[in-house]
Amino acid sequence: MSYRVAVGRQSYVFADLKELMAKATPLRSGDRLAGLAAGSMEEMMAARIALADLPLKTFLHEALVPYETDEVTRLIIDSHDATAFAAIASLTVGGFRDWLCSEAATPEVLARLAPGITPEMAAAVSKLMRNQDLILVARKCRVVTRFRNTLGLPGTMAVRLQPNHPTDDAAGILASTIDGLSYGCGDAVIGINPASDSQGRIGDLLRLLDEVIARFEIPTQGCILTHVTSSIALIEQGAPVDLVFQSVAGTQAANASFGVTLALLQEGLEAGRSQKRGTVGDNLMYFETGQGAALSANAHHGVDQQTVEARAYAVCRAYQPLLVNTVVGFIGPEYLYDGKQIIRAGLEDHFCGKLMGVPMGCDICYTNHAEADQDDMDTLLTLLGTAGVNFIMGVPGADDIMLNYQSTSFHDQLYIREVLGLKRAPEFEAWLQRMDIIDKAGRLTLGQGGQALLAAMPGRAA
Amino acid sequence: MSEDRNDNDRPLSVAERFAELARLTPARIALGRSGASLPTRELLRFGLAHAQARDAVHEPFRPAEIAAEISALGLTSMMVESAARSREDYLRRPDLGRSLSPESRALLEAARGDYDLAVIIADGLSSTAIHQNAIPLVAALLPLLQRQGLELAPIAIAAQARVALGDEIGQHLGARMVLMLIGERPGLSSPDSLGAYLTFAPRPGLTDAARNCISNIRPGGLAFQPAAVKLAWLIEQALRRGLTGVELKDESERAIEGRMTEQGDGTLGLAKPRPSKPRLSN
Repeated sequence: MSYRVAVGRQSYVFADLKELMAKATPLRSGDRLAGLAAGSMEEMMAARIALADLPLKTFLHEALVPYETDEVTRLIIDSHDATAFAAIASLTVGGFRDWLCSEAATPEVLARLAPGITPEMAAAVSKLMRNQDLILVARKCRVVTRFRNTLGLPGTMAVRLQPNHPTDDAAGILASTIDGLSYGCGDAVIGINPASDSQGRIGDLLRLLDEVIARFEIPTQGCILTHVTSSIALIEQGAPVDLVFQSVAGTQAANASFGVTLALLQEGLEAGRSQKRGTVGDNLMYFETGQGAALSANAHHGVDQQTVEARAYAVCRAYQPLLVNTVVGFIGPEYLYDGKQIIRAGLEDHFCGKLMGVPMGCDICYTNHAEADQDDMDTLLTLLGTAGVNFIMGVPGADDIMLNYQSTSFHDQLYIREVLGLKRAPEFEAWLQRMDIIDKAGRLTLGQGGQALLAAMPGRAA
Repeated sequence: MSEDRNDNDRPLSVAERFAELARLTPARIALGRSGASLPTRELLRFGLAHAQARDAVHEPFRPAEIAAEISALGLTSMMVESAARSREDYLRRPDLGRSLSPESRALLEAARGDYDLAVIIADGLSSTAIHQNAIPLVAALLPLLQRQGLELAPIAIAAQARVALGDEIGQHLGARMVLMLIGERPGLSSPDSLGAYLTFAPRPGLTDAARNCISNIRPGGLAFQPAAVKLAWLIEQALRRGLTGVELKDESERAIEGRMTEQGDGTLGLAKPRPSKPRLSN
């Protein structure tokens, strides 16, 4: 059905729900590239005004991507929890925003509601929200997950230690890992993006991480960010796979471009669980997503990139992940042009994921051809820290020498802990204290207690 | 306390021992700290690297200079451009960077011939990479191609170009294969990285799966001579087997690695890493 709204003497018509959603979206280059963006600022506001009046339950019987041809839509509709949804079933999108901002929406209420919220509902309400709303509400949504430690507790923020190397050199990766641990990074995961596709080399990297974690009895998990089929094969070969990684997107066709189906992800989850390597929980999937991924695969079905991104979180949610990471500025300026667009997208993604009950982290990042710099990343880091992001990246000096982009650094996470008083995962925090890397207040010790870690380097007795 | 000693036979401090780690990787480790923050020295070092990478994206492309250098190598060239008319256009609209301007299309049609290979030099995302590294690579490659007796099209110098622009250029020239040398997305530590994309039977609509790519060609990465050897081998195989892409890639890498090992040169760079983060289209 079409939607009509009059603003003064001008009347705007939106042909269908996905056009209404797209035109209500804050401006970004990817929606322009796709030809979906509003033609004027007034048209954008007209779309938001119409969207605010839309009953939330419309999304349960009007699919943006056809149910018949898209397994992600089927997953969203078939797994929808009507009992949880009942609490908000009578609300419009605009009324939902008012309710989310109100005192009635407590952390406990929001946690119970999460399975009743579809990605389209989350995306729709986010389009009406200012950045401060996205922060305020996300802060109330806590999503706690466990494997060898407890992530997502209030007042904590974890860090993925990302010790990438352009040729997967073991000594180089180990050097970055030890440096990162000495800054108190690595509670979310020690996760390597491998340069090589070779199973043999990936197996070596898995054993390298396994040895470091075992040697120092670090309450954390390792991961090589390789295709899910590769992780399944490595598990069959007996390699020590803690977390099973996969990039995912919000449509069946986009997932096909990544070489995955929902059935394959289920297989990955089961293979991971068969290992029983978790000590305090069995959340073991690690997913990465990012606005623009579906459009870049020409698999967006005419849906705006932020809504498609929220649909990816429905995919993630189905496999009880430990970590979901929106790699917000990695894809480039044709999708998110500048610091303003990247910051907005990071806050939207974090909000939508958390509202849906997904353990959201964010790779706060940009490429050198985007109109952005480290000041923009400082801003987004400060906002996401305030919003209660589950984890961020720790890249040496913020410069990823393998993937050629800039993220957040070991120092950046110290900054945000200092400013906001954020702790690490409790098990990891206790380990850092035992190692004399941090003091009781969580600050790095002056004595450089990390020296014990140097023993991991070959030929270097501690 | 420690077996490690410095020149004065004083035990190394912990900071010094961490600094030693930095020799093991080009990553920015052992930077020290001022409280929780980056020391001023490192703040400025990062700022400079970012400035250079930004400049590499926006540095004006100087095709006439490249044409003169090609002419000095004894080759002919022609200048073409994509449908993107400005750098901003180019960055926002990758589709425009993948199709030719009408004038360039006519120019290429006029030069149509029976060519084995069309070499294209394109600015891509780093003019810096092209101005510094394209000509030395062509100079290293040229004798190897001449040895194969290939018929070369005039070298096309392409402005505001994405990788797939080569498909249309090759089609209009009537080339059996194109080799696109293009400035890669500049990294903070590698603003001058050049990528080489090889595509058999070029025509619009091909995807990256139909190409072979050698990445990170620059003095601090994969050096010109081994890059040229690898490219020449791929070109020979591709023309013989009538394909490029995934099927060619695996075998060529094995064979090249074998050959390089015979020469005692273990310094070959890896093929372009496949980022597990969402991919950026060139």
